[in-house]
Amino acid sequence: MELFSILYNEVYKILLLLIPVLVSVALIVWFERRVWGFVQKRRGPNVVGPFGIFQTLADALKYIFKEIVIPASADKIVFILAPIVTMTLALVAWAVIPFSEKMIISDINVGILYVFAISSLGVYGIILGGWASNSKYPFLGSLRSAAQMISYEVSIGIIIINVLLCVGSLNLKDIVLAQEKLWFVIPLFPMFVIYFISALAETNRTPFDLPEAESELVAGYQTEYSGMMYAMFWLGEYANILLMCALGSILFLGGWLSPVDIYPFNIIPGPFWMIFKILLLFFIFAIIKAVVPRYRYDQLMRLGWKVFLPFSLIYVVLTASFLIYFDLLPNK
Amino acid sequence: MQLNRIFKIIFLSEFVKAIIIAIREIFRKKKTLNYPFEKGKISSRFRGEHALRRYPNGEERCIACKLCEAVCPAQAITIESEERSDGSRKTTRYDIDMIKCIYCGLCEESCPVDSIVQGPNFEFATETREELYYNKEKLLENGDRWESVLAENIKIDRPYR
Repeated sequence: MELFSILYNEVYKILLLLIPVLVSVALIVWFERRVWGFVQKRRGPNVVGPFGIFQTLADALKYIFKEIVIPASADKIVFILAPIVTMTLALVAWAVIPFSEKMIISDINVGILYVFAISSLGVYGIILGGWASNSKYPFLGSLRSAAQMISYEVSIGIIIINVLLCVGSLNLKDIVLAQEKLWFVIPLFPMFVIYFISALAETNRTPFDLPEAESELVAGYQTEYSGMMYAMFWLGEYANILLMCALGSILFLGGWLSPVDIYPFNIIPGPFWMIFKILLLFFIFAIIKAVVPRYRYDQLMRLGWKVFLPFSLIYVVLTASFLIYFDLLPNK
Repeated sequence: MQLNRIFKIIFLSEFVKAIIIAIREIFRKKKTLNYPFEKGKISSRFRGEHALRRYPNGEERCIACKLCEAVCPAQAITIESEERSDGSRKTTRYDIDMIKCIYCGLCEESCPVDSIVQGPNFEFATETREELYYNKEKLLENGDRWESVLAENIKIDRPYR
């Protein structure tokens, strides 16, 4: 009976997080398409529901009713497993994201490591999908994607070390609370920029959307997928983008903290600030997709390994020496 | 020059500029029409859905001369004719395969009595292929529905024929 009540409580909490995440994925796709449309002086989807807000739901409904085609030469089990893996991993990582001091499903002490590990596992979904399709374009797309995600994960890891040096804890809540006086975006601004660009590469967005480069690879690892399985890839991708935005706002933009602790701002509850910051970052994600062309593959690799990695390593040394010299190290 | 380039690369100044331009464009007036609710202007010579017209007294114009059938480059028109009891020659069958049709407008140009015309309607998509095999009834019905517009268009275009 006790077990049941624990289960009940946890399931309730998880649903309370997952359903808003899935709904916001739908809304955010609509928002993104609107932003692209507006940037290109078009109107974007504006027919289904007020301002076209239900467009994504209509699309999802369409995907549900479409036939799922499994290629004859595909490895069926892995082929079906791949989108499930992608979506599950994208959603699982949300468990440790704090929306305020209390609104968090599991407050674990290695939160940032957990998120990082889960987002690294995300490569598997793509590799499995590309490999199991047993077709040329998905295979090349998944290879590219794997190489890209691994190289940018390295630089994201080192950027996170920068933040951790200033916090002295791996707990995401402590990371936010350490920014009460000063958001890390100010002292670590170059790291924020690099984090943002690496997040673009990590989630396979333009200008780094080589894994699904339409002009060369049709749709990359998604080429052979159809119906609900394609929708699941797509859901996982956008949940991942949101996760990266959430992580960015936790690491650099002070999570649920209000920008200034004065009257009209500090009465707005924390979760709203968090959502606002996520949306702001996502808005920049969308704008960037609208304005920049695609990178060449060797440029992408050069940027990752020859620019971001050394630069963030040097910045780690700088941050560490600064903290030691001015005796600012946390938890001495 | 070289220094300028390095400055540009390090501070991502071109990306920032592009983003600022993009944000400015968001608030500009939209260039596209809100299609199903507002439509662009259509020329009087627009070649859309076909229609068979009638004379004001209700008699159909078509005299079954079969010029349109002969001229049709896609061979989308099929006509069968017969002498009617009052001695006039009329069609018993006038079919247009709207899927074969290439909307070239030659049928309209060849018609000596302005019977077959292409109207301004372009929104006649259907859910099945069969619905696009138009027969005489459908074409005459189109003619009745669009007559005012069709007559107006022909009048505007008359000086150029």
